[in-house]
Amino acid sequence: MTSATVTRKGLLRLPTFSATQWGPGLVAALVGMFLLVVLVLPVAKVVYVAFQDPSTGDLTIMNFVDFFNASLFRESFINSFYVSAMSVVFATLIALPLAYFTTRFNFGGAAIIQTLGVIPLIMPPFVGAVAMQLFFGENGSINLLLYDWFGFTIPFMEGLNGVILVQSVHFFPFILINLAASLQNIDRSMEEAALNLGSSGMRLFRRIVFPLGMPGYVAGASLVFLKVFDDLGTPLLLNINNMLAPQAYLRISSVGISDPIGYVISVILVVFSLFSLWVSFLALKGKDYATTQKGGGGLLKRDLKKWERIGCYGVILLILGFVMAPHLALFILSIASVWSFSPLPDGYTLDHYAEVFQSAGGYISNTLLYAGLAGLIDIVLGTAIAYIVWRTGIWGRKALDFLAMGAVAIPGVVLGIGYLRSFYEVEVPFSEVPLASVWGVIVIALAVRRLPYALRACVAALAQVSISLEEAAESLGANKSRTIRKIVVPLMTGGILAGFVTSFATAAVELSATIMLVSTESDAPLAYGIYLFMQSAAGRGPGAALGIIAVLIVGLGTYASHKIIERTKRDRAVDQQS
Amino acid sequence: MTIHSDSKGIKIENVGLRFGETEVLKGVNLNIEPGEFFAFLGPSGSGKSTLLRAIAGFGPNPSGRILIGDRDVTGLPPWQRNVGMVFQSYALWPHMTVRKNVAFGLEERKVPKKEVERRVEEALDLVGLSHLAERRPSELSGGQQQRIALARTVVVEPQVLLLDEPLSNLDANLRVQMRRDILQLQRKLGLTTIFVTHDQEEANTTSDRMAVLSDGVIQQIGRPMELYDNPKNRFVAGFLGSANIIDGEVRVDAKGPAFVSDKGLVLDFRPHAEGPGSLVFRPQNTFIRRSDSSTDNCLEFAGKVVYREFLGSLIRYGVEVAGHLLAVDEMHRIGLEHVGEGADVSLCVDLNQTVLVNA
Ligand SMILES: Nc1ncnc2c1ncn2[C@@H]1O[C@H](COP(=O)(O)OP(=O)(O)O)[C@@H](O)[C@H]1O
Ligand SMILES: [Mg+2]
Repeated sequence: MTSATVTRKGLLRLPTFSATQWGPGLVAALVGMFLLVVLVLPVAKVVYVAFQDPSTGDLTIMNFVDFFNASLFRESFINSFYVSAMSVVFATLIALPLAYFTTRFNFGGAAIIQTLGVIPLIMPPFVGAVAMQLFFGENGSINLLLYDWFGFTIPFMEGLNGVILVQSVHFFPFILINLAASLQNIDRSMEEAALNLGSSGMRLFRRIVFPLGMPGYVAGASLVFLKVFDDLGTPLLLNINNMLAPQAYLRISSVGISDPIGYVISVILVVFSLFSLWVSFLALKGKDYATTQKGGGGLLKRDLKKWERIGCYGVILLILGFVMAPHLALFILSIASVWSFSPLPDGYTLDHYAEVFQSAGGYISNTLLYAGLAGLIDIVLGTAIAYIVWRTGIWGRKALDFLAMGAVAIPGVVLGIGYLRSFYEVEVPFSEVPLASVWGVIVIALAVRRLPYALRACVAALAQVSISLEEAAESLGANKSRTIRKIVVPLMTGGILAGFVTSFATAAVELSATIMLVSTESDAPLAYGIYLFMQSAAGRGPGAALGIIAVLIVGLGTYASHKIIERTKRDRAVDQQS
Repeated sequence: MTIHSDSKGIKIENVGLRFGETEVLKGVNLNIEPGEFFAFLGPSGSGKSTLLRAIAGFGPNPSGRILIGDRDVTGLPPWQRNVGMVFQSYALWPHMTVRKNVAFGLEERKVPKKEVERRVEEALDLVGLSHLAERRPSELSGGQQQRIALARTVVVEPQVLLLDEPLSNLDANLRVQMRRDILQLQRKLGLTTIFVTHDQEEANTTSDRMAVLSDGVIQQIGRPMELYDNPKNRFVAGFLGSANIIDGEVRVDAKGPAFVSDKGLVLDFRPHAEGPGSLVFRPQNTFIRRSDSSTDNCLEFAGKVVYREFLGSLIRYGVEVAGHLLAVDEMHRIGLEHVGEGADVSLCVDLNQTVLVNA
């Protein structure tokens, strides 16, 4: 969030667009129409149906009354809230020391911490969920050992605890990144001024450092809340059904798309998403506490005493253990022949991979196709929107930006339900197949879900292209569209490519919208395949193998995107010098 | 606000300081009188901030001793020194109102609430900004932030006041106003003050005395005009104002001592020193000889005008004399006859206006 606002400031520049140039206008209109059909209308439909009497079609709030009258739904609501809040608490416990260590101390472990901040993100939480049970479950490795040695067990994975553990281990980087950025922006003179006026130690921390870091923390924490509240995959795979997103899914998939409860839940999910985003917005609004400035002295870091250093490494290793656990467990599971009631598997085998390559090749090729297309759509839309919003004066361009970014607030389940409802009645021309069951709809859903991230990458890339480069081309006789084609887009390539890879990698493991839209197994992508495999005890091995493949795809994607960004930066630096 | 009748002096004894391998301060000795307005002047990177911060207790531990009054503060943490510091960036805390910012130091000193209120009010009055007490720092202009930073520091009645380039983030007009205000405030409170700047005009106009620093070494200490008129070495001569500097040496032969420049120019005067040195004189004391000008006590140069610049109040000529490029300033007035580029001219400097300094 922070980075987007920063780039925006840098981009402020009077539009050079003139009314005689209709090309960008036409593109803006097309993009707007597209977003209307694939985002606004489906979501509006969901909201509308939530307030509709299922039999008469009249507007009513009875559906909501029914929802809150049923104890299962009340419980689900409370559980979702509880799990999200607790995940924020635990994610904070993980992120706080890490952020503090890296930003305040001269500390050799900074590289480990940065890695720690990325590792979880390359594996969607649901993929590791089942494997985590083998480590932390009632009869998992840790508890077996604990019982043998000390005679007690810890209910890490029992009921909602499991969801909380898996989610906090996965989502803490959001807090880490935002909080570290906040702390990093506190100029040393802020603290020195306080020292100079007689403050020190915990008082200084409480009165100066903590409040200055707060906005970043709140922004990160509200994102974690939103993500956990919306997530469908993790509870589903852990077999926890009494939460909101699983209930929505189960109602729609078992009772049918006319059951109003799924829509009511969708509305609640959207409201909470918007609420979290609003909190995050409020936290950051008017609090540009970046205090590093001219004449300032950079960050105040201090050296650690020996025992402090040992303590730091101890904490980091403990956290590292938790963070690596899903990956490790998943890997072991993928090569285990039999693994139950023992700390480690009885034997090892590559059979699961063999099986996956024989029978699940379809999942992989579907994934590459869907995620590739979604990524492509995203960067085309992202580039167009970025340009329209930041380099033209087209009427309504802010709305376009808002729409595209607004997809952040729409949970996958809600989008899935919206598509089912909106496109089920529409049939593909010259056939009787409902549009909603065509695999292309999955691609569109993935593209919409990832669009905000791709857009942000494109905006960042555009910010790198100075407007004077464009003006130079125009003054030499190139018209608007030729300038965009020959100057702007080539210069944005690195950033756009990075955006594509990120979209691709994350779309490849999306489950919540996909699971609603897959109509036949032959159309299913990886994420859905993992879900299917993990349903049965026998399928866990191959499921884990498939999970490892997914992790590889996402990991390589993330790495590639990182490399591309680095390389672009380096090339730019060279350009500047010569 | 209490007027300090018992201001404390600052003694710096043989202070050295290094960042890892690099030695940033070398053998600094300094004696600042109680109530004095003292400036550290020097180019960027010369160690001014480092020295100031060492007095406040920031940065690596220095060697040597630092005394405030009779109290040896070497090794004390910053929060026990009672030294007021105003940061170049002001360092106002963005999450607190102006009032909260100013009250901070008093609260840390556990001053009773009523008294905090009264003293904050007084301090804000002192800088003339009581009406902005409830604003956030981000809602203030640069000059207002500067005043608040000052108020925040003086409200705790520190024994000395340290200002690190306090004017550098302000625009030119405000800078002049602000430096007067700071001086006035200092006089009113009688606070011993150190003012760090790289701008000689600021140092000249404000300070009672100043120290010129270069490469972590104090080059010279004295009143501003003393330093300008009698620079002790080539660095000080060149750093303060514009100067014509002719490097060379004093040679003694049969006729007695004479100054010979490194380009072989022999100057017709009888120096009292011997060995390598530089002859220094100011452009405004150098004249292009017109037919009517007198030649008493005159050190003469023959040269050619290579450029002419109109600087507003002055016309500056560049005159090449035997490979040395000398600057000559003439006061501009309407109707003054200019010498053209390429003209051969004869220059004159009053010998009393020249200084021979160590290389
Ligand atoms: N934290 C630091 N680490 C290493 N070197 C430093 C540090 N701070 C200052 N220096 C070095 O010390 C020298 C003096 O710096 P400083 O006191 O800031 O100069 P001034 O204030 O006169 O511009 C410079 O060469 C600078 O590079
Ligand atoms: Mg400095």
